[in-house]
Amino acid sequence: MKFAIQVNSSPYQSQASATAYQFVETALRKGHQVVRVFFYHEGIYNGLHDAASADDDWSIARCWSALAKDHDIDLVLCISAAQQRGLPVAETAGHTGKAESNVAEGFHLAGLGQWVDAIITADRVVSFGG
Amino acid sequence: MSVLHIVNRSPCESRSLELCLARAAAGDTVLLIENAVYAAMRDSIAARQIETALGRIAVCVLEPDLAARGFAAAAPLEGIARIDYAGFVELSVAHRAALSWC
Repeated sequence: MKFAIQVNSSPYQSQASATAYQFVETALRKGHQVVRVFFYHEGIYNGLHDAASADDDWSIARCWSALAKDHDIDLVLCISAAQQRGLPVAETAGHTGKAESNVAEGFHLAGLGQWVDAIITADRVVSFGG
Repeated sequence: MSVLHIVNRSPCESRSLELCLARAAAGDTVLLIENAVYAAMRDSIAARQIETALGRIAVCVLEPDLAARGFAAAAPLEGIARIDYAGFVELSVAHRAALSWC
């Protein structure tokens, strides 16, 4: 079955992104497909490259990046939500999909159209936090 | 069309469970996760509301979130099923829609 996942909370604010991560990891392990994980509102903080934290600190961004690498999942940070929160986003980022240096590996910036596309493609939509 | 209702807030901090139980239709499932697992405990503030709803809907609680709050050995209200993440995924497959109450 195909899932579209939305994450709306910052990992520093609530448990929701950790719940979403474990749900996605389990769904993949059970043979389901994850069409896209869309990080919206405060959820964009899941995908920021935390250069300041020590390597042995637990980091949700690194967990998502590893999952994306292993399972080829599309991790999308909402470009408008990122801009509203002061993330310096190049004008062209939405078109090229090229992440700025402060966006973690495996994530890219895109618009709400990508979420609409995901929910059309998916059999199930599950959202976390908000 | 059956719906999986996902509630993540404690009944002491939010009315989301109360609103969800009022809205859930027969055949729906309510899944308590994160701080909503407190509602599943015996004598919780929401115990009576859940017991009243149990004949009409199914109620489940996410076991890892119970354990994370020190309730691994505690018994939830009778009629509430304990599930793991695999069960969570199965519930979302079994229902036509998943609705998160925030």
